[in-house]
Amino acid sequence: MEWEVVIGLETHTQLQTKTKIFSGASTAFGAEPNTQACEVSIALPGVLPVLNKEAVNCAIKFGLAVNAEIAPRSVFARKNYFYPDLPKGYQISQYELPVVGKGAVTIQVPAAGKNPAYEKVINITRAHLEEDAGKSVHGAVEGMSGIDLNRAGTPLLEIVTEPDMRSAAEAVAYAKKLHELVQWIGICDGNMQEGSFRCDVNVSVRPKGSDKLGTRREIKNLNSFKFMQQAIEFETRWQIETLEDGGTIQQATVLFNPDTGETRAMRSKEEANDYRYFPDPDLLPLEVTEADKARVKAEMPELPEAMKARFESEYGLTGYDAATLTASRDVADYFVAAVKAGADAKPAANWVMGAVSAKLNAEEKAITESPLSAAQLASLLKRIADNTISNNAAKQVFEAMWAGEGEADAIIEAKGLKQVSDTGAIEAIIDEVLAANAAMVEEFKAGKEKAFNALVGQAMKASKGKANPAQVNEMLKKKLGA
Amino acid sequence: MINSSLKTLGQMLAKKEVSSVELTQAFLNRIDTFNPEINAYISLDHQKTLAQAQAADAMIAAGNAGPLTGIPIAQKDIFCASGWKTTCGSKMLANFVAPYDADVISRFDAAGAVNLGKTNMDEFAMGSSNETSYFGGVKNPWDFTRVPGGSSGGSAAAVSARLCAAASGTDTGGSIRQPASLCGLTGLKPTYGVVSRYGMIAFASSLDQAGPMAKSAEDCALMMNVMAGFDERDSTSLNREKEDYTRDLNKPLQGLRVGLPKEFFAEGLDAGVDQVIQAAIAEYKNLGAEIVEISLPNTGLSIPVYYVLAPAEASSNLSRYDGVRYGHRTAEYTDLMDMYCKSRAEGFGAEVKRRILIGTYVLSAGYYDAYYLKAQQIRRLIAQDFEEAFKHCDVIMGPAAPSTAFKAGEKVDDPVAMYLQDIYTISTNLAGLPGMSIPAGFSAGSDGKALPVGLQIIGNYFDEARMLNVAHQYQQVTDWHARMPEGLA
Repeated sequence: MEWEVVIGLETHTQLQTKTKIFSGASTAFGAEPNTQACEVSIALPGVLPVLNKEAVNCAIKFGLAVNAEIAPRSVFARKNYFYPDLPKGYQISQYELPVVGKGAVTIQVPAAGKNPAYEKVINITRAHLEEDAGKSVHGAVEGMSGIDLNRAGTPLLEIVTEPDMRSAAEAVAYAKKLHELVQWIGICDGNMQEGSFRCDVNVSVRPKGSDKLGTRREIKNLNSFKFMQQAIEFETRWQIETLEDGGTIQQATVLFNPDTGETRAMRSKEEANDYRYFPDPDLLPLEVTEADKARVKAEMPELPEAMKARFESEYGLTGYDAATLTASRDVADYFVAAVKAGADAKPAANWVMGAVSAKLNAEEKAITESPLSAAQLASLLKRIADNTISNNAAKQVFEAMWAGEGEADAIIEAKGLKQVSDTGAIEAIIDEVLAANAAMVEEFKAGKEKAFNALVGQAMKASKGKANPAQVNEMLKKKLGA
Repeated sequence: MINSSLKTLGQMLAKKEVSSVELTQAFLNRIDTFNPEINAYISLDHQKTLAQAQAADAMIAAGNAGPLTGIPIAQKDIFCASGWKTTCGSKMLANFVAPYDADVISRFDAAGAVNLGKTNMDEFAMGSSNETSYFGGVKNPWDFTRVPGGSSGGSAAAVSARLCAAASGTDTGGSIRQPASLCGLTGLKPTYGVVSRYGMIAFASSLDQAGPMAKSAEDCALMMNVMAGFDERDSTSLNREKEDYTRDLNKPLQGLRVGLPKEFFAEGLDAGVDQVIQAAIAEYKNLGAEIVEISLPNTGLSIPVYYVLAPAEASSNLSRYDGVRYGHRTAEYTDLMDMYCKSRAEGFGAEVKRRILIGTYVLSAGYYDAYYLKAQQIRRLIAQDFEEAFKHCDVIMGPAAPSTAFKAGEKVDDPVAMYLQDIYTISTNLAGLPGMSIPAGFSAGSDGKALPVGLQIIGNYFDEARMLNVAHQYQQVTDWHARMPEGLA
């Protein structure tokens, strides 16, 4: 039987606010345990939560970015359970009425093998605000568990998708897209190692063609795209094998072990808590007005979709190029900066996606760490455009600039890479070449087209590669009466 | 001096006829004499208290005194006060020293009032007799064999026995008004949101409201001037313009429309209490009030609704007492679950456990709609009853409690009988309305001793100044509020 995997994601994004969602304590990462735990964070008797408006702005930004309905009225509820790192004995989270409703994002799934790249729309079910818990620290004190409440109360936006993805590749493409989007709009730093962006993946399988969903298992807390890919692939195989062996899937929460590459059930849903959700009487319903939305919208950067369309219309880029450049705000910013510094858009796009990306990948650097600034790239591209150097020579200049050897013009000068565009000089070279290669000239005149290319090669060689190839072509044609 | 009004004490302090230290010492002496018997206070700290009195004297000397500067006030042990043990009447917090001040405490401190000590209360404010306190019951100063009411029983007894000039209380279902009634004092539960709940240990967040307990309406007005006000640390605190609660005290009552809800005078009301209330209403007629009969048809549902909603919120509010970060932790345990279970089993008393269980039950999957949601719907109907009633009257009057003070131990094993103590007070908490109890006379108890009866005055939202006016005018023509229990001189 042919199987189909069905995947939905729940992503916890830590919002980039200075203070916690319900108190004035700092959210900075890495402080000494419990130094960022105020009386609200540790849930002393009598303390009360006050909603951080900046967290709400972040949620609105996200809602606008995915074209979602933003609820005019949403409600914070209490999710009740006991755990040592949950100081109040309940988590404040939005339950029945979330701030962000249905929306969608478009993902680019890269080509794989003989399958071409494609786009797909992934529907967002909802996104809601909630507070993070603290952390249990085991082993810091012999025989005891410690509690660090620095993280308790950190604002999170939990983003939930419909079960719209049909492969690990689609799930990873969505996660990457979301990861980029939340950074693009400035609501999350995207740091997966520090837990700022954590994905829970719901996986189920069903016979291809079936419209009924299979029983799902939830893979918790994936903090890298590589692990996500591995975990989904393993989980999918495991579920298919289980079903093919006549077994059934039990709804469960599973953990991925990066060392073994396997997923393993941590608890079944039968043991699940009854969280006794009810509206938090300490907080008023959250109201978002049209004016709030307009104000937040005005603060937002141009969104990737809009920027992509603009790159196509304004710069004449292909849809693919525009999508590639706008997959990351840093890349897009770099490209725009190069164009602003005087580079032509198309070559700038080619160089950013080509040579620059290849170098960055090889050196595992982000574009923000590029040793070659956008302005420097532009200065190089201008020298190609004004025929100072050939494309081949430009590659040498690029390497030298990347290695920090100086600015484009200085390198061109020092390496003697300037292209010869002087008509007189080129004519002299061509005359020499024609005189020295009479046989070839004869062959060309006899109809051998190849001989023309050989003559161009000879002329370029005679110029030590510095002659402008277009000019050589043109002049040679004229001389041969072709 | 111990019988003087806050206004008189303020004038004496201002004229330096007495210092705050002398005044405070006088009350501390009375506390040392009578508190071992009455048990109105859980925590006392003479040194801390006298230091505050000295600071108040300095404020007075510097000419920075306000109306309450230097006046000794008792604080219910539900308010966190920095450096003070703050127990909420529970073993769970028996050793908890608050590291911060509740908004109410900050406001009294800023006004230069002197904190005399922390008063006894039912555990986590759950009770109507003060008998659920881990620190023992409180005796009613009018009859030591009887309860002072609850949960603000310690504050009520302290004011009544003149162990303080005035006290703070909190009221979730009647916890200011019922003890005020049973101890013969004036107590006001303001509109929900008028006094900040920050630092006030939560019982049922949507119902809890702090207010003054004092000898007279005028004293309550002066206390309100300090306690009320917007606090950005409490999201349910209302951002309203500051008001002077004494401003209308002297207005005549001519033409005042007093609504009498027929449901407040039905079965279950003690005949002696009824008599006193009728006499008080007659007095209001003399003062020019016009009596209107009204109906609050859903009054009977207020107790069942309350005993769904308040325990639901409490079950969640009390989850933080888990023995992990502060409060009681059991001595020996095998694992985390064992630590939770034993710490909470040992730290909470029977009534608190009962309400946590009820609350957990009504919020459980499958029961939520039938209990919690239904109760919320009825809560709205109860509020609508009042909305309708206030179209026909300015204030509503009736008894504050169905009986006078009952014997200690009498209802302790009958939770439903205990819950019925709040039949006339709970609906105002559910609606968020302000309510008062003022002394209206005495009724002989089963053993012949005269016991105080409280008249309840319910006002519309933010109508505290008018209610205080209504109470004050009555107190100008009667002296019930000025009477003091015998044998405590």
